Amino acid sequence: MKALTPLLAVLAIVALAALGGLAHASLVLLAVFVPYSACAVFLIGFCYRVVRWAWAPVPFRIPTTCGQQKSLPWIKPASLDNPSTGWGAFRRMTLEVLLFRSLFRNNRARLHDQRLVLGEDRYLWLGALAFHWSLLVILLRHLRLFLQPVPVFVSLLSRLDGSFQVGTPAVYVSDVVVVGALVYLTARRFRSPQVRYISLPFDYLALFLLLGIVISGLLMRFVFRVDVAAIKQFALGLAVFHPSVPSTLAPIFLIHLLLVSTLAAYFPFSTLMHMGGVFLSPTRNLANNNRSQRHVNPWNHPVKTHSYAEWEHEFRDKLKIAKLPLENEDAGKIAFD
Amino acid sequence: MPEKLLSIEPNNPEGDWREAKAEFRKGTICYSAAPKNVTYLGLPNPRPWQPFDADWKLPPDWKQTILDGMKERLQKYRSFRLFMEICVRCGACADKCHFYIGSGDPKNMPVLRAELMRSVYRRYFTLTGRLFGSLVGARELTEDVIKEWFYYFCQCTECRRCSVFCPYGIDTAEITMMGRELLDLIGCNINWVLEPAANCFRTGNHLGVQPHAFQDSLQFAAGEASEITGLPIEVPINRKGAEILFVMPSADYFGTPHYYTLLGYLMLFHEIGLDYTVSAFASEGGNFGLFSSHELTKRLNAKIYEEAKRLGVKWILGGECGHMWRVFHQYMDTMNGPADFLEPPVSPITGTRFENARATRAVHICEFTADLIHHGKLRLDPSRNDRWNVTYHDSCNPSRAMGLLEEPRHILKNVCRNFHEMPENTIREQTFCCGSGAGLGTDENLEMRLRGGFPRANAVKYVREKHGVNLLACICAIDKATLPTLMEYWVPGVEVAGVHELLGNALIMTGEKERTTDLRGEDLRGEDLRVENLRGERLTKEEATRE
Repeated sequence: MKALTPLLAVLAIVALAALGGLAHASLVLLAVFVPYSACAVFLIGFCYRVVRWAWAPVPFRIPTTCGQQKSLPWIKPASLDNPSTGWGAFRRMTLEVLLFRSLFRNNRARLHDQRLVLGEDRYLWLGALAFHWSLLVILLRHLRLFLQPVPVFVSLLSRLDGSFQVGTPAVYVSDVVVVGALVYLTARRFRSPQVRYISLPFDYLALFLLLGIVISGLLMRFVFRVDVAAIKQFALGLAVFHPSVPSTLAPIFLIHLLLVSTLAAYFPFSTLMHMGGVFLSPTRNLANNNRSQRHVNPWNHPVKTHSYAEWEHEFRDKLKIAKLPLENEDAGKIAFD
Repeated sequence: MPEKLLSIEPNNPEGDWREAKAEFRKGTICYSAAPKNVTYLGLPNPRPWQPFDADWKLPPDWKQTILDGMKERLQKYRSFRLFMEICVRCGACADKCHFYIGSGDPKNMPVLRAELMRSVYRRYFTLTGRLFGSLVGARELTEDVIKEWFYYFCQCTECRRCSVFCPYGIDTAEITMMGRELLDLIGCNINWVLEPAANCFRTGNHLGVQPHAFQDSLQFAAGEASEITGLPIEVPINRKGAEILFVMPSADYFGTPHYYTLLGYLMLFHEIGLDYTVSAFASEGGNFGLFSSHELTKRLNAKIYEEAKRLGVKWILGGECGHMWRVFHQYMDTMNGPADFLEPPVSPITGTRFENARATRAVHICEFTADLIHHGKLRLDPSRNDRWNVTYHDSCNPSRAMGLLEEPRHILKNVCRNFHEMPENTIREQTFCCGSGAGLGTDENLEMRLRGGFPRANAVKYVREKHGVNLLACICAIDKATLPTLMEYWVPGVEVAGVHELLGNALIMTGEKERTTDLRGEDLRGEDLRVENLRGERLTKEEATRE
């Protein structure tokens, strides 16, 4: 069972965090040392990976063209799906990053009685979009814990997000959506035979960590009702590099914190790096202006070719029979390039 | 051809893919490259061997060679490094691959095809892979892995359909290309790729046609075009000072139904009085190097610009060919340019400047002809194609590596009166591959070709049943060579033709005699002379009597 190891790993982290709060020394370790280290690993690792991609040359211009090229003036080009300019490629990337345009195309191939039927399938797109956007909103909302005074856009966002006033504290829309989307994405990995087959243990690890973070966050808010003021005090201290650890922190908060730290530290080593990589994909971020603008390959090595002179030399007799013109009439002297 | 109709069944894969091994079965694999071809091209490890042998006679240091090769390519290609690292295995690509649909083999899901290499990448090039091994999806590089690579990288036609659907644009073609380059380093290549490549390197074309035979076949074609039209059609060869160098795939002058497309070109050029030449040296636009390595691509492609320069032409016009246009469009200028000895292409007939080709200076024949038609420079009688009920197959490379979608359609809609598109999800950028591209179009691989071509055939079957389509038009030489077999097997009664064959039929030429036959030599007057049998196949009178 591929999902078992990652599940146990996440449970172990939870247990570790719950126990760690009992002694002061381990509390400091969990609340200060671990978050700082995780943050450092995340920042350095993320930058390292992105820079390494960015430095790798793009020897050929290989956009995947998903629409009509720009050719003759009376044929309408697909400027988004087959951009011919940098601006077009920028717009294509924007749609890709913000709206997952390629995933939107998704369809599903089914076989019925030796026939192939292609049907629409937008659930993956919807699930992915819902997850990423709600996660972004939640991250932005968390800024209120690290900034004093709270920026206007953060409180505005929180107000908007919590505008469906059901009970106290208010239930955030993003919380509901993120849980739903994560459950869908996890269930999909288990239920679809194809996706189950291709999934690797660490694909589950990312999902379980995220689920753990979301669940512990919700528990903090709705069940254990942690002291938000104290946590903000602590978070502000972390943010300005003057950490002051209170004598006690709620175990559920420590669990949340350790899970987040784990995810951050794990991030640069995982495929979660798609967050940075998507911007650098040469099949998406280049304009299809291949024939109108020269693209230079920085390592364009010379290769061994078969030149015309060599060719003419080899087929001289045949060329003569065919009365095709020769460059070098004199068979005795061959001029090689 | 398999006697029983292949059963195309959905299957739900079970177990761990990293344990499985490739099973080499005749009909689903391509045979190894003959030592003489490997040697001629100067590639490593020429030897007699076959994929179903237990011992592949790999060089002693094969493992290091592969790992060094991977390292080098990771540093040279951002695409390779990125595509090794960012896949989240969402599965969007899984059912987009024609080989997966047709074979049900889970390792034909694009994501797993790439994982075959990613697993090795993780083991040797990542910290987590070295530390946690199989937990993070890493695996040892063994001979079985090499065999699996060979099997599955020769079961990918580099069509890029999966790349259209991938949220990160991961292009399996890039991974397959790297895989094949690496396999080349230890001498695991297929003959259907290396023999054409070796021929092309020596004679200038895949079929190994030497200059006098090249001249013969072109003059024969010109003679036939003259006979059909009653006009003195000629074809200039290696003529210096012509305005345009015309480059076509060699199948056009040696294969059927390609040959009718060649007649179409020759008639068109005669009618508009084009100042052009073909070349016996640059006698191949196609480039099987593309299916082997970037280096071989460049080596074979070099002759195009070299010949254009030698002949002193102004620009290059390219015929109907799929992967030739992938190379012309995405690689030629970068590899062998700049083409500063040529001029930005201008149509001598309409004066149109082909702005989109101003650097590479190579224009696709469909762009050229569509422009002629748009400007009313051609007189066309589409009724001459009335016996055809046409649909159009977008070839992978022009659609997904170029975006040449409307130009051929514009021509088709002007040269025939019955045109029906296949379903939306199976054309344009979502087109299904013929199943035989990227050097896999050999008969020893027929079962896999028929399986891979099933989604395409299935869409043709749909329009055949709905609209009575009997002709599949396309602009790719590999399509023309392999789709007839595919049609015969899955959709009997559908023939295959190039766009310029239909143009040649419809083209009213100045001073031509009354046409009695089409370019296939079949009767033009009145209706189709062929009859339909009980199975719905259309046969010529001769064939029907035989039945």
